[in-house]
Amino acid sequence: MLYREAGQFKTTYAEDMAIFPIRQDRMALAILLGIAFIGVPLLADFDIWPFGSDYLLRAILLPFLILALAAIGVNILVGYCGQISLGSGAFMAIGAYSAYKLGTGVHIPLAWLGFAISIPPLPVLLSILLGGLAAAVVGILFGIPSLRIKGLYLAVATLAAQFFFDWVFLRVSWFTNYAPSGSVNAPTLDFFGLNVGTPIERYMLCLIFVTVFAVLAKNLVRGNLGRQWMAIRDMDIAAELIGIRPLYAKLTAFAVSSFIIGVAGALWAFVYLGSWEPLAFSIDRSLQLLFMVIIGGLGSIMGSFVGAAFILILPIMLNLIPTQLGVPLSTETITHLEFIIFGSLICYLLIKEPHGFARLISIGKEKLRLWPFPY
Amino acid sequence: MIALGQFLEVLIGGLMSGVLYSLVALGFVLIFKASGVFNFAQGAMVLLAGLALVRSLDLLVANGFSLWAAIILGIGFAAVIMAITAWLIERFVIGPLVNQDALTLFMSTIGVTFILEGAAQMIFGSDAYPLRLFPTDAWFLFENLFPGGILVNKLDVWGGFIAGILVAGLAIFFQRTKTGRALRAVADDHLAAQSVGIPISWIWFVVWLAAGLVALVAATVWGTKLGVQFSITFLALKALPVLIIGGLTSIPGAIVGGLIVGAGEKIAEVFLGAHIGGGIEYWFAYVLALAVLLVRPQGLFGERIIERI
Repeated sequence: MLYREAGQFKTTYAEDMAIFPIRQDRMALAILLGIAFIGVPLLADFDIWPFGSDYLLRAILLPFLILALAAIGVNILVGYCGQISLGSGAFMAIGAYSAYKLGTGVHIPLAWLGFAISIPPLPVLLSILLGGLAAAVVGILFGIPSLRIKGLYLAVATLAAQFFFDWVFLRVSWFTNYAPSGSVNAPTLDFFGLNVGTPIERYMLCLIFVTVFAVLAKNLVRGNLGRQWMAIRDMDIAAELIGIRPLYAKLTAFAVSSFIIGVAGALWAFVYLGSWEPLAFSIDRSLQLLFMVIIGGLGSIMGSFVGAAFILILPIMLNLIPTQLGVPLSTETITHLEFIIFGSLICYLLIKEPHGFARLISIGKEKLRLWPFPY
Repeated sequence: MIALGQFLEVLIGGLMSGVLYSLVALGFVLIFKASGVFNFAQGAMVLLAGLALVRSLDLLVANGFSLWAAIILGIGFAAVIMAITAWLIERFVIGPLVNQDALTLFMSTIGVTFILEGAAQMIFGSDAYPLRLFPTDAWFLFENLFPGGILVNKLDVWGGFIAGILVAGLAIFFQRTKTGRALRAVADDHLAAQSVGIPISWIWFVVWLAAGLVALVAATVWGTKLGVQFSITFLALKALPVLIIGGLTSIPGAIVGGLIVGAGEKIAEVFLGAHIGGGIEYWFAYVLALAVLLVRPQGLFGERIIERI
């Protein structure tokens, strides 16, 4: 009886087109944001379990937020525009390494022209955003083939990006500032004189990024551009006939998606990893992001969060539950079980519920509206 | 100046490893031809077949079987495993997804990949196991013509030989047998094939079984070369550009594509990679594929894709 929208009349167009037209949804979101923005820091500050130790913040919430952000990016491309991409890891890497270069100072020696381009180290926030921008530019470049090819062929084209950039960041030592080991350290996280160091500060930083981008993305996919993407996804030729320009729609999808993935990559490197090597952004990362989107829900911003949470929590659960039951599994078995469970889940969801957990949640809400009288 | 002998050696080595890529790509083509499914799981199937073979071989030899009996029994066992896998995949994944769009099917095979990788390693172990079915030593040819001769790996020659037999066998199967004809009918139009009485689920089982057996062959050759281990699944990723270059529906295309990729990446690695940092064979095949895609999206031997609303 709690979830009922009877009596909530909408009297203006603005109300009718609100992101969350139902009051209960708004309240739920407000509570969630309240917990995330105020509750967690307070609990962490007062050392209240389970937030007292850094483990939860550092090992679960931080990767959850960043991967959810990346999943939103992937979802825009795969879920909203229907352009399958297996190269998301590469775009995260581009974001990370561009931000790293910009954050530590760029020096391009153009000896044969007689001068050199030097850019002093930029502020961290600016480098993260510019890292996203670099990823967007490369994303557009690799999106160009999508105008001629689609579906599986495009998947191979994006794989090309993945393998190429894996190699570039491993072998071209300019990107790693000639670090002998190939591993690089992020610059100090300094935001307008505010130093972000402790887990809770890092958490808040990512939370702000994720919230802002999630709201922007949600609005973008609801608007003109998002509708164009969805038309292209559903049937590109028909979309073209009703006046949507495939060039514009596909390339904007690639640009926006790569931008968000690039920012997520920069955050992943700067805030979560601190020091990293190209392996952090391998093809496994691409597949992981794709799974989040499939499991969470293709074409759903909320689904990106659910998918990210699921992918992160399942291994921990697999570790925890058998140990609690007294039959601890070996790490190897857990890894294999994880593989099997992810695989089965993907197959099951594709067969039974192609829109993932997000769709299950909305079915649950539909049922709640009628509860306790189903008819 | 590049010595001709060295060039020939690199070229032959590349062509030979290209044949092996073709072996993996063939499995893809079989399934794509008959069901329009782009089978990402082919690499995982190679891993599964290889693990089943090598583990049963070890077990049989340890229990006092002679090597030849063990090889025959082991290959039989691995074939049975592939048959069971084919049946399970058809029954539980591809069957229920009939008539879905290609992208959904593709993603479901990514799911299958993960199930197979997890299950294969859980059942058969996850170490690297050596497999010795073929001689792996090298021949030196034309020693009087070029200084040092041209080094050719015996295993690669075996691989080429086996691939040839396999392709001939598949061609006969597709062209001459009743099941082969039914298979081509299903590939053309599921619905029409079904309405003239072709049992579509049986056909798909046969196709996945054939792909499984091709995977088994690929596993014996690759396993001898690299040992049977998890990294063998990356072969699938190497086979993708092969497919794109050759065309998704063409068996000769898979062979030619494999040769192009194998030769191209070795030549690029040796003669170009030296100048720009090395290791470029990881992505060179993809760049080749990208170039082919832009010029001729259907591949060298593929059918032209015509779309209607």
